[in-house]
Amino acid sequence: MRQDHWWVVPLVVFLVLSAFVVYATWAAFQNQHYVYENYLSPFYSPLLFNGGDTGVPGDGHQHSWFGDKPSWWILPFFSPALLILPFPAGFRMTCYYYRGAYYKAFWADPPSCSVGEPRKHYWGEHSLPLILQNIHRYFLYFAIIFLFLLAYDAYCGFFFDNDRDGEFTDFGIGVGTFVLCMNVFLLSGYTLGCHSLRHLIGGWMDKFSNAPIRTKCYDCVSCLNRKHMVWAWCSLLWVAFADVYVRLCSMGIWTDFRLF
Amino acid sequence: MTQVKFKIWRGDKESGEFKEYQTEVTEGMVVLDAIHQIQAESANDLACRWNCKAGKCGSCSAEINGMPKLMCMTRLSDMNLEDPISVEPMRAFPIMKDLVSDVSWNYRVKEKIKPFKPRKPDNADGSWNMQQKDVERVQEFRKCIECFLCQDVCHVLRDHEKHEEFIGPRFFVYSAALEMHPLDTEDRVPDLKKSQGIGYCNITKCCTKVCPEHITITDNAIIPLKERVVDEFYDPLTKLFRIFKPKRGDD
Repeated sequence: MRQDHWWVVPLVVFLVLSAFVVYATWAAFQNQHYVYENYLSPFYSPLLFNGGDTGVPGDGHQHSWFGDKPSWWILPFFSPALLILPFPAGFRMTCYYYRGAYYKAFWADPPSCSVGEPRKHYWGEHSLPLILQNIHRYFLYFAIIFLFLLAYDAYCGFFFDNDRDGEFTDFGIGVGTFVLCMNVFLLSGYTLGCHSLRHLIGGWMDKFSNAPIRTKCYDCVSCLNRKHMVWAWCSLLWVAFADVYVRLCSMGIWTDFRLF
Repeated sequence: MTQVKFKIWRGDKESGEFKEYQTEVTEGMVVLDAIHQIQAESANDLACRWNCKAGKCGSCSAEINGMPKLMCMTRLSDMNLEDPISVEPMRAFPIMKDLVSDVSWNYRVKEKIKPFKPRKPDNADGSWNMQQKDVERVQEFRKCIECFLCQDVCHVLRDHEKHEEFIGPRFFVYSAALEMHPLDTEDRVPDLKKSQGIGYCNITKCCTKVCPEHITITDNAIIPLKERVVDEFYDPLTKLFRIFKPKRGDD
């Protein structure tokens, strides 16, 4: 029987992941305050359709790809976040690091190393439903596309509408610009250190000396992969913070300070 | 010098219990020293397996305060000596006597793994040409001392007793060393999926945590093998793209 505080780590994982899921779900359904001038919350990016009936006229129009909420939408509720969040959510859900972490924290499977389990039956990822975790690399493909989309949002964060003419063309840097750039940086560190990417980019090879460029890429991904857990947590917390930042600025609670 | 209490598991495969012993601990001692001292002073019939006392033979594996560790590499100065220190045999295997468990299942598993099958020699004298870069990855796996602590901590074996369907982290490392070897031409991936149960691993990384050789078992051996299983069984796109990949041993 372990005598140390083995329960601390799974408890922290449980609390932080639960808090994130609750907040992200609330934010996704809220359908308001996801845009502040040139900043778009990463929870709503890409903004395929503007919320339309958010009660904030014009809010988000400059970011929307296809205009307002489509007329063919028949469900009683609408939020643009719901159209895109399943992809990053799926990427994290099937991530090798998170799998190990939430199996312990949420299923006690096992609660911690060499701590007994509350149940006897076990399927692991050998059969349904957890065999579906093998889809991870397909979520990775989407996650890489999202990196480009978020990088574009961060780029837009450098262009403000100083003269209030409706055109976001005035170069500047605000705290929000830094928040969105940091979000892309951390998500890139997490996504590009993915175990599946490590395999696809070169891990499948047995002989590296024949492919020097591929080997270099493999080494870079391996380098990020060594701290995958750190990237995973930092990027998770920062993406939530980026949403909070845009939301509170949009609500007028926080002021977006400009460097110039 | 301090008097320290030890709770040592005494018994055989039928039954057993923790018995308390006290011994004097001095600077620099490891748990194995204390066990030997107790053996000499108050429990002459205490069974424990050991050999090198240098963390290289993998014989003195046990569970110390509930965590699988090598007794010879666990310093008493790193532990809380106020409370009794518990020492018990590895729980994933049948117990023979006291701190000795029967690890022979591991040797039977190893025999079932397809052996190294090198490609044709590159040179007339029967030798091969290899570059250091090509063997670096598998060299990490060769550090394994077969202490079986990773097998012991793995909940698939320890709690769910899937010994018939799951070969355990040690043999995923062994398979990875063969499978990723630049000269090897054998395909072990179907076995890994079907009879060796790699799908049972749910990536808790406990094996990596307890490895005394600091082999990154989960990230460098098990997950890459899982990805190779995905390539071959679950990912039609990759299978399509790899049609033109050179066959193993041809490159």
